[in-house]
Amino acid sequence: MQKEMAYSFPDEVLKHVFSFIQSDKDRNAVSLVCKSWYEIERWCRRKVFIGNCYAVSPRMVIRRFPEVRSIELKGKPHFADFNLVPDGWGGYVLQWIAEMAGAYPWLGEIRLKRMVVTDESLELIAKSFKNFKVLVLFSCEGFSTDGLAAIAASCKNLRELDLRESEVDDLSGHWLAQFPETCTSLVSLNISCLGSDEVSFSALERLVDRCPNLRSLQLNRAVTLDKIANILRRAPQLVDFGTGNYAAELQPDVFSNLAGAFSSCKELKSLSGFWDVVPAYLPALYSICPRLTSLNLSYATIQSPDLIKLVSHCPRLQRLLVLDYVEDSGLEELASSCKDLQELRVFPSDPFGVEPNVSLTEQGLVAVSLGCPKLQSVLYFCRRMSNAALVTIAQNCPNLTRFRLCIIEPKTPDYLTLDPLDAGFGAIVEHCKDLRRLSLSGLLTDHVFEYIGTYGKKLEMLSVAFAGDSDLGLHHVLSGCESLRKLEIRDCPFGDKALLANAAKLETMRSLWMSSCAVSFGACKLLGQKMPKLNVEVIDETEPPDSRPESYPVDKLYIYKSVAGPRFDMPPFVWSMDEAVKILH
Amino acid sequence: MAFEKDLNLDATELRLGLPGTSDESAKNQTPATLRSNNKRALPEESMSSNATASKNCDQETAPLPKAQVIGWPPIRSYRKNNLQPKKSEGEISGIYVKVSMDGAPYLRKIDLKVFKGYQELLKALEDMFKFKAGEYSEREGYNGSEFVPTYEDKDGDWMLVGDVPWEMFTNSCKKLRIMKGSEARGLGCVV
Repeated sequence: MQKEMAYSFPDEVLKHVFSFIQSDKDRNAVSLVCKSWYEIERWCRRKVFIGNCYAVSPRMVIRRFPEVRSIELKGKPHFADFNLVPDGWGGYVLQWIAEMAGAYPWLGEIRLKRMVVTDESLELIAKSFKNFKVLVLFSCEGFSTDGLAAIAASCKNLRELDLRESEVDDLSGHWLAQFPETCTSLVSLNISCLGSDEVSFSALERLVDRCPNLRSLQLNRAVTLDKIANILRRAPQLVDFGTGNYAAELQPDVFSNLAGAFSSCKELKSLSGFWDVVPAYLPALYSICPRLTSLNLSYATIQSPDLIKLVSHCPRLQRLLVLDYVEDSGLEELASSCKDLQELRVFPSDPFGVEPNVSLTEQGLVAVSLGCPKLQSVLYFCRRMSNAALVTIAQNCPNLTRFRLCIIEPKTPDYLTLDPLDAGFGAIVEHCKDLRRLSLSGLLTDHVFEYIGTYGKKLEMLSVAFAGDSDLGLHHVLSGCESLRKLEIRDCPFGDKALLANAAKLETMRSLWMSSCAVSFGACKLLGQKMPKLNVEVIDETEPPDSRPESYPVDKLYIYKSVAGPRFDMPPFVWSMDEAVKILH
Repeated sequence: MAFEKDLNLDATELRLGLPGTSDESAKNQTPATLRSNNKRALPEESMSSNATASKNCDQETAPLPKAQVIGWPPIRSYRKNNLQPKKSEGEISGIYVKVSMDGAPYLRKIDLKVFKGYQELLKALEDMFKFKAGEYSEREGYNGSEFVPTYEDKDGDWMLVGDVPWEMFTNSCKKLRIMKGSEARGLGCVV
């Protein structure tokens, strides 16, 4: 009787029910119920997320999900952000586009992160997908404004073009003029990463004019302050706005024009940009500050008093990105004014200076933890920390989901006691039971990893640098952290033992990165041999790893699970430990 | 907490060496700590963006000064570039150009500041892309090779690498391209 239940609904009904199920996890669960549900589900899955573009091949995705409309791909490992992954490593999107061009004529959305996107790829997108709506290139590189021109010209119903933090070869600003007069569909445009002085401002103005649904616009640094008012008056419906550079000689008419333009934007909730800020122009924002929920001042080189004044006008602030010019005093003000704060990121203004240039210490973060009970996400660069402060922060903010602390000098101990910071980070993982992401810094022994393995049951991503004493540290993490998906480690004395003892764990994770550690070439080969579901890649730019003894440590190691087997696009400085590939390499 | 007991590594299946032997010998190898201490000194060492690492390449055993650890603190380049230029030597002040080679599916980036002259640059390019550039002469360009190093200058013209004095080259080079010999003919003709 029970078996028949599964077949008692016609496919169409199941399909309709499944259409309400959006999350990947749930969809994956649905597909495991029985063969017929697997079949129905795969035909109606419209959105695919691939966290590692090498974990699966385009062909495999297309074979299983023939009717995809939206795809998201991630390429390089996170440490590529800090120049640890050599150029040419990989992450090319072209093959994906080429295969999808044939298989998914109705593909409407492509979101890429840390991938290499050439003009050829962009031209192919423009040519192949008649219903293309959304292109997000987050931290990508390899393309120029020529490729953007192709997108602008061909995509008649483009809704979203977001180039955040990408590296674009800026050949000319005229690509903006390629948007046809008939294009009125833009909802979101982020060109903040463009370097050129040549963004065709008049083309931009006309574009903004004819897109009544534009909600999100981020200009680039080249757009001057006096132009902001023109743009805002054409788009008073904006919810999210990024200025260009925010500097000009103080002139009363420019100021009042700007203030008036801002105040006419009744929906504006989020601001960013603010390169080269002249503090005298900040009061132009005061009329919208009460509505602001997100403020990115991380390029604004303004001092604490000006920051304090601004922030004290923003009681609804939920998200603040700022430079350490804010200082402890500014953070104390933040703590008393912004009770809704959920996310705080404090970046260093002088990361390579040896002496502190600002008075920002652990006190600022402690103050925020005390004053902002909703705090969930922290990224904090500072020069000193104590276990006591970390314990206080942990106790004040048990709801933290992301905690990334960077004490600028590696291996800095507790400045009060000179102890390692094991107990402090231990308190964080112990009290913050929903912690999903953690980045460590300072002086740390194997003990901190014991805490992490014991308490970090929901931890999904861990970043470690200059920490630990022995393989025991790594073993604690690999054996204890049940939810671990991404682990990235640099300059730690972790070697073969923990890795080999926990090899099976690696198949449950997305990826592991280890650089400047003590993992031997022999261990890498062994892993490659014994674990066919893993791709084990050794990166070495100076010489082939097999030109040295097997016990010699490898420079960089990247291990990830994959059903696609070893990749075909490895550059000469990447070696696959897969047996079959080695023979051919 | 005695976690040491958990780490019963002898019982694991995966190990180096034959069953029944211990891996004592592996233990005695010095693990690499900061890379500079173990790397051989090579002029093309700076594939990564640490401009000063190869300034140290002559002093093989000198430890890296602390301001110059690659990728630390963990800040993205576009953020670093947006801050005011600082006096400290290091990652911000290099001259980075992209390098492509016809037929190779990948791009590389190098810092021209790191090289003292054309010889070093060419050696680095040859090692990076695994080719030989051949002999350079002013009159005939590169002889005896399939591949020719060229560059695009500030005016958008494509020139042969080596045609102008080194200083002028580093100031005007926007990107490098290693062309297939047949395409490079006629480049950098004498004015």
